[in-house]
Amino acid sequence: MSEPTVVIYTPDSALSRPLVMVREMFRDLLASRGLAWRLAVRDIRAQYRQAFLGVLWAFILPVANAAIWIFLARTGVVAVGDTALPYPAYVLTGTMLWAILMDAMNAPLLQTTAARGMLAKLNFPREALLVSGVYQTLFNAGIKVALLVGALFWFGINPGWGFLLFPLGVLSLIMVGSALGLLVTPIGMLYTDVGRAMPLLMQFLIYLSPVVFPMPKAGVAAALFQLNPLTPLILTTRDWLTGYPPDFLSYFLAVNVVAFALLLAVWVAYRLAMPILIERMSA
Amino acid sequence: MNDPLIKVEGLSKKFCRSLKRSLWYGMQDLGNELVGQRHGGDGQLRKDEFWAVRNASFELKRGECLGLIGHNGAGKTTLLRMLNGLIKPDQGRIEVRGNVGALIALGAGFNPILTGRENIYINASVLGLNKRQVDAKLDEIIDFSEIGDFIDTPVQNYSSGMSVRLGFSVAAVLIKPDVLFLDEVLAVGDIGFVIKCLNTVRRLTADAAVVFVSHSMQFISSFCTRVVVMQRGETVLDSLSPADGIDRYYGLVKYEKQNSGTGEAEVMELDLLADGTKVTEEEPSIRQGSKLEAILRVRVDGPRAGAEIEVFIHDEAMAPLIAIPLHGADSRPLRLPAGEHVLQIALGALDLNAGKYSFVVSVTDLKTSVSLVRAQGLRPFRVFSDRTQWGRIVRPAVPQVLTDGSIRSTSD
Repeated sequence: MSEPTVVIYTPDSALSRPLVMVREMFRDLLASRGLAWRLAVRDIRAQYRQAFLGVLWAFILPVANAAIWIFLARTGVVAVGDTALPYPAYVLTGTMLWAILMDAMNAPLLQTTAARGMLAKLNFPREALLVSGVYQTLFNAGIKVALLVGALFWFGINPGWGFLLFPLGVLSLIMVGSALGLLVTPIGMLYTDVGRAMPLLMQFLIYLSPVVFPMPKAGVAAALFQLNPLTPLILTTRDWLTGYPPDFLSYFLAVNVVAFALLLAVWVAYRLAMPILIERMSA
Repeated sequence: MNDPLIKVEGLSKKFCRSLKRSLWYGMQDLGNELVGQRHGGDGQLRKDEFWAVRNASFELKRGECLGLIGHNGAGKTTLLRMLNGLIKPDQGRIEVRGNVGALIALGAGFNPILTGRENIYINASVLGLNKRQVDAKLDEIIDFSEIGDFIDTPVQNYSSGMSVRLGFSVAAVLIKPDVLFLDEVLAVGDIGFVIKCLNTVRRLTADAAVVFVSHSMQFISSFCTRVVVMQRGETVLDSLSPADGIDRYYGLVKYEKQNSGTGEAEVMELDLLADGTKVTEEEPSIRQGSKLEAILRVRVDGPRAGAEIEVFIHDEAMAPLIAIPLHGADSRPLRLPAGEHVLQIALGALDLNAGKYSFVVSVTDLKTSVSLVRAQGLRPFRVFSDRTQWGRIVRPAVPQVLTDGSIRSTSD
């Protein structure tokens, strides 16, 4: 048998020994794979076993959203600017990609909150919850993408070679979403305000992103759209899927680099926060 | 080889009474943690905080079993959760060596929609085991749980007993820890299953350092090699004799004296004699088997035809255990006239199980049956025994070993 593992718990912050902390982070991440997979399979199975419409729920919402906007634009209730793509294809890709981002963003808080009982009583690699969330987002994204590709084919849009890069776009949406979601998770575990405010904020952001509206050409709106870091994500991913050359590629790359750094930072924060959160939620 | 597997030094933990403030302190702690500051501050309590665990220290080797006892809110579970790494200590240090197993949240991660079989895999991976390890033991787990054909039924259709049984089985069959934490897990299912659990826990504890939290003194007495008694976070006793620990635990039970009835009689005093010597301590601990006598002084106000007296012994939950009706020489209820009386009552050998007891004396009017006084919580005492038995009354017997197989009546 190998050297027995020794665990030491003290009041000191794990940050006081960063090397040990980083080693433990990756060890736990590695150790959490099996559990994460198991939890993801559990949640997906349970979700779809208890729903008559099953996996359809993965895309009913974004499709309905798209349908509403197509209706509004057709009837002229809302004047939507010109898009290079046919508008239905534009709005459908927009709402689908947005839904993937939302899934990723909601997952960390959702998973962690759902596992409260387990967290309060058992010691297991906490990363498993996050990885499980990513797995589930990926699964649902897969269904959405399959539908999307089918729809685009039906619209007669040929993605060309850019399509090969499209999965990268989806992955970066998931990464950015996870980083943002994980950022608010520690506070969200303490105060439910966060969980309630999030949908509100995102409702607002959807209209500042090129999801249902095309990029405005001028004015305050144009500036806001340009500033919004989600803009290059949505645009680039959509361009790859629909065969247009991406306009915001460098901004897209910059957002990804920053989001990756943020993800590492909030992962540390999540780890550090866990024992404190567990103490407060069970007290 | 036999180094301590658990080392705890000066361990303390603060909790907060108010939820709002607790959440706010949580935010502060979070901030401190993120800037790399030590948890728990300078050891001062903030407003509304109290010590849930204060300055706990012990070491535990393989083969030792530490029982944590104390009343609700004494800090046992908090201590256990710190040992398990779930929450961070505010002061002190914990060192845990080797594989850690916990029989605490049975069936953690169970999803009610999924079948028992699916949930076995989920539960096992929460415990850190992979599919291959479960596959090898799957039949054994199902067998142990006595779930039978229900294994492919969604867990939401299980009775609560069934799901706890399944949860216990997964953990019990799969884990083989060096350090084991147990929290009130043995109260599962029917007696047949409890016996099975006990045997399993005994197997696991033989080869591990165990920390065991329970309110059942029988379990503590039969499993533990050492007992820590806690009260409001403080360690009040750390003893290698479980019997002493249990006695101390019962010592923490406080009775309130309570009088009811019309007040036309008074229980003035109740003294105890153990093996002929008057017991002087306020709350004595009397060895099991001692010959016990009570001296009862009562006053009955007149005029009345007579009063009848009954004495009872209640356990720590105030449940009546022994009734001692007082009779006259004619084997009929003793009839006491008005006035003061001193009665010496032989109670025989003290055959109560280890625990805490008190007397209740009731005086009623013989004619009208009106209660003149009923005094409760009188003369509390503890029974000390090396072993807490599985019964309220303990009567050791020395059997006759029959060599020729014939049964003789013992009365001749």
